[in-house]
Amino acid sequence: MRYSGFRVIAEALTGHKGWKPVWRDPTPQAEYDYIIIGGGGHGLATAYYLAKEFGQARIAVLEKGYLGGGNVGRNTTIIRSNYLLDGNEPFYEFSLKLWEGLEQDFNYNAMVSQRGIINLIHTDAQRDAATRRGNAMILHGAGARLLNRDEVRAMYPWLNFDNARFPIKGALMQPRGGTVRHDAVAWGYARGADMRGVDLIQNCEVTGMRIENGRIRGVETSRGFIGAKKVGVAVAGSSSKVMAHAGMRLPMESHVLQAFVSEGLKPLIDGVMTFGAGHFYVSQSDKGGLVFGGDIDGYNSYAQRGNLPVIEDVAEGGMALMPAIGRVRLLRTWGGIMDMSMDGSPIIDKTPVEGLYFNGGWCYGGFKATPASGWAFAHLLVKDEPHKTATAYRFDRFLKGLMIDEKGQGAQPNLH
Amino acid sequence: MIIHHPILGPRDAQEFVYLGDASLIERPDGMTAGVEVFHEYLYQRTNPAGEHRELWYHEQGDRSWLVVTRNTVTHEITRVELARDVARSKGRSK
Repeated sequence: MRYSGFRVIAEALTGHKGWKPVWRDPTPQAEYDYIIIGGGGHGLATAYYLAKEFGQARIAVLEKGYLGGGNVGRNTTIIRSNYLLDGNEPFYEFSLKLWEGLEQDFNYNAMVSQRGIINLIHTDAQRDAATRRGNAMILHGAGARLLNRDEVRAMYPWLNFDNARFPIKGALMQPRGGTVRHDAVAWGYARGADMRGVDLIQNCEVTGMRIENGRIRGVETSRGFIGAKKVGVAVAGSSSKVMAHAGMRLPMESHVLQAFVSEGLKPLIDGVMTFGAGHFYVSQSDKGGLVFGGDIDGYNSYAQRGNLPVIEDVAEGGMALMPAIGRVRLLRTWGGIMDMSMDGSPIIDKTPVEGLYFNGGWCYGGFKATPASGWAFAHLLVKDEPHKTATAYRFDRFLKGLMIDEKGQGAQPNLH
Repeated sequence: MIIHHPILGPRDAQEFVYLGDASLIERPDGMTAGVEVFHEYLYQRTNPAGEHRELWYHEQGDRSWLVVTRNTVTHEITRVELARDVARSKGRSK
């Protein structure tokens, strides 16, 4: 069924009896050409682009729980392409361009809202770094504007401009950045994939991989063995767990990252704002809640919940920037599990096992990458070579010293 | 989380700095080990879901390194040792 304004009107006049379930609930077949492990944003996008852009068939997505129940439903919904390095910026700009056409492409309302993102600046050195990054963005067609203090003040007069430690001196803005309704991204890709014949198999946990003579033959699951010519793993957060079935250790640790939403407020923040110095970022949802977050808890964790000290730290960051929120009550907090790679950048690559491919290591930044990640992973699965925007996301970059170290901090598993 | 320090008793985890997998104690000999061995040591992690032995540094305390055995799914801590004792039991002298 194609969604449109006319469809809504027609259904309204006929008692809404025509709406159908958006995807099937198929039983797994004995064998597929492609199995994607992980029914989150990246896995569903991969299946969608495999079917739609690369003309492939006999595709299944295996999901341990329910579709979109992991990080695609737990993030803070921000999209942007404001990176510095050549290994990153073309990829994220490709992603942002896909976001811009996504709703028309998959005929689903994902509430893509390009409300602009600003990164606050407090020192001359930060302004220099922001200028350099902004120039890199402009060179890659992403667009950027450097705002002075008065321009930031015109946007958000109630910020604490004269904080003794971090006075606000300006900001780097990407006007095309913004937010997207995150669950709708998973649902839109799932619906689009299902319509093209992809089997979306939920409650199906991968418990092992059948590898013979260095080649993948299929996966053992809680619903029995399923054969496959090619298997793609897109389970960021649990990557080490799943890849251990293939005997692989990965250059990453799993960490919990918390996020928060306040009670609904009147319109206060019409864009996205990051306060890197205070380890705090915020936007406001269409329902009025302030959606914000900060740092990872800082120790290995597979528990999808964090601890109170980080909540205090994030709240302090918020109060330093916006004293006005002091009496706002917190509505909900939650946690998601991040693959924290050793240089803060992802991996989309082949593995030593023929026919087994990996997509993960997204750190904090997986949501904005969803469309390009799916596209690039589908490209790799079909053509056995990386998409032109994802050539740097290799496993061997640590061995070869080709880290994508966006912040220039050196390799460690607690970056961004 | 409360870490039961072998010398100082129960301490809030906020007093500590986290480093990571306790296998970092077993650093290869830089003069004899090859690049691949060091790559494995420096970047690759087992990253288990479940019991995990890890290094915590008591920065706002006695500045000792501890090996904490903690479950990464439940955050339950089952064992705390001085990293010094662990290293010596592996034949390290310093």
